Amino acid sequence: MRSALSKSTIYILLAIGAVFMLLPFVWMLSTSLKAPNEVMAMPPVWIPSELNWDNFTEALAVAPFDRYFVNSLIVTVISTIGELVTTILAAYAFSRINFFGKNIIFAVLLGTMMVPGEVLLIPNFVTLSNLGWIDTYQALIVPWTASVFAIFLLRQFFLGVPKELSFAAKVDGCSEFRFLWYVMVPLAKPALITVALLKIINSWNAFLWPLIVTNSQELRTLPVGLSAFTTEAGIKYELLMAASTMVVVPMLILFFIMQKYIIAGVARSGLKG
Amino acid sequence: MDVHLDQLTMQFNDTTAVDSITTTIKDGELVSLLGPSGCGKSTTLMLLSGLYKPTAGDIYFGDEKVTTMDAEKRGIGMVFQNYALYPHLSVLKNIMFPLKMQKVPKKEAIQQVMEMAKLVQIDHLLDRKPAQLSGGQQQRVAIARALVKKPKLLLLDEPLSNLDARLRLEMREEIRRIQQEVGITAVFVTHDQEEALSISDRVMLMNNGVLQQENAPQQMYRKPENIFAASFLGNPPINFLTLHKTENNTYVIQGSSQTLELPSMKWQTHEAFQMGLRPEDLYTVPEEEGLFSGEIIHMETIGRDTLIRLQLGDVTVRALVDPKSRLRVGDRCSLAIEPQEVHYFDPKTGERLRGGNDNDAQANLEKHA
Repeated sequence: MRSALSKSTIYILLAIGAVFMLLPFVWMLSTSLKAPNEVMAMPPVWIPSELNWDNFTEALAVAPFDRYFVNSLIVTVISTIGELVTTILAAYAFSRINFFGKNIIFAVLLGTMMVPGEVLLIPNFVTLSNLGWIDTYQALIVPWTASVFAIFLLRQFFLGVPKELSFAAKVDGCSEFRFLWYVMVPLAKPALITVALLKIINSWNAFLWPLIVTNSQELRTLPVGLSAFTTEAGIKYELLMAASTMVVVPMLILFFIMQKYIIAGVARSGLKG
Repeated sequence: MDVHLDQLTMQFNDTTAVDSITTTIKDGELVSLLGPSGCGKSTTLMLLSGLYKPTAGDIYFGDEKVTTMDAEKRGIGMVFQNYALYPHLSVLKNIMFPLKMQKVPKKEAIQQVMEMAKLVQIDHLLDRKPAQLSGGQQQRVAIARALVKKPKLLLLDEPLSNLDARLRLEMREEIRRIQQEVGITAVFVTHDQEEALSISDRVMLMNNGVLQQENAPQQMYRKPENIFAASFLGNPPINFLTLHKTENNTYVIQGSSQTLELPSMKWQTHEAFQMGLRPEDLYTVPEEEGLFSGEIIHMETIGRDTLIRLQLGDVTVRALVDPKSRLRVGDRCSLAIEPQEVHYFDPKTGERLRGGNDNDAQANLEKHA
């Protein structure tokens, strides 16, 4: 009886949480299908009187979204691959190789996790402008090809792999690098999928950084491109929401397919991604 | 291929794990490294494998000096206590892994894997993942993986310790069978004396990093070179009595008031020595014929053996007696032993003086007298 009671309490709380999480999505979807006069109507209109699918085609015509989509894809894919490579190498070094100052360097790395990202915006910008990289793909990609969080996550995973496995691999004729590639990486697949997924989501949704380091339209990514709906005449919410829906859908699909890994990843590290 | 160790030494910070070991392991031989935990036997194996590099001394495979050669180049096979199979690979791919590293063509590799799988009798499990196998099966896979590249030397690091008692017995015989079928030189690390004595051609007994004795198993048991060897081997363990000289050939047992007479021997210039008596060599006799006597304080019958514990003064002595004897706890009992079964040790150095079935006892005597 008591457990049933506490269970129902938990479900009620979860349900309330879910409502709050889902409400913006529902609002986005409903707005994306509204006629302009219903957008700001009071009391709010939850279900549009008429489904305006035209909003979607209209939204696509406002800005070169195909270009933005390609840009987002390039940035997401390359920075994800880059992060995986640096993470695998760094995590292996921190978990398996003894080198001078290893623990200090690792502590410093962990320390950088305490620094809020916003604080880094300006120094990073200055660095990139000194490199002459402002308004280039490098600016969008390179600063995001390493993540301390990912290194930490993978290092913990690598530490859990028994030492004998590396002994066995050495005896079987593996060099250090081949052991990493043939044994450690396949073993760490769940952790790597988690790292990649969190990266893809973050990279796809990134707004502030692409906005700051790019000026030309050809380099805009989707989130930045959404600003096209903000004009001097005001914001065309129905079009903005239609475009936002299209931007968000790939991530939603990814989340539904892979949610097991995302949750496992966050739970494993006890940290937010 | 003979394996030769020359003054092999390994130090970790302040501790010497392996202390100047010199020995030769002959081609096709199965040698056990035996000793209590922390005696350096596993470290010695790691040195042989190349996973550790010695701080001093050399290792030779045949005529080739391999002291500083990396593990992956030594051409050895190794089996670990926890099997160390690759969890993400099937049995087939696990066994094939060393061949893949050598870039053996796939067709040929699969054929070699099949051969090896048949030898260790796991050819019906090739599609499974390691997690789906029992401990014994996993260890068979590990052995197959170690042997598939036809190594010159097979190293086994406590390969049976994770198995249950019956399986251990079975795998022990299997390892011996496979080793002899392949004819490979093998080094087997264990802390289990029964394992070492039953499986190997030769036992190397280690303690505190020092090689104590190396012999054929039975010989080591019959003729321990020092107190450590005598006390490590044997179950129930050997009894030690410390004797002090009183007059001529009469000695008093330390911790009790009993005296005993020993036949005159050249080496009895020692004021004191230790006498080692294996429990199974002792037998009960009427009071006046006994070497010593005491009160039975404990009796237990395990299987076909009856073990008694005898109290004489402060000393207890274990003996295996005839289960049909009508002894009871509280009885007084006298024990005797055939003179040639007694082992004598120097209490200061722990070295053997003489005893057991000593052929070269005389030589030993001259050395110590």
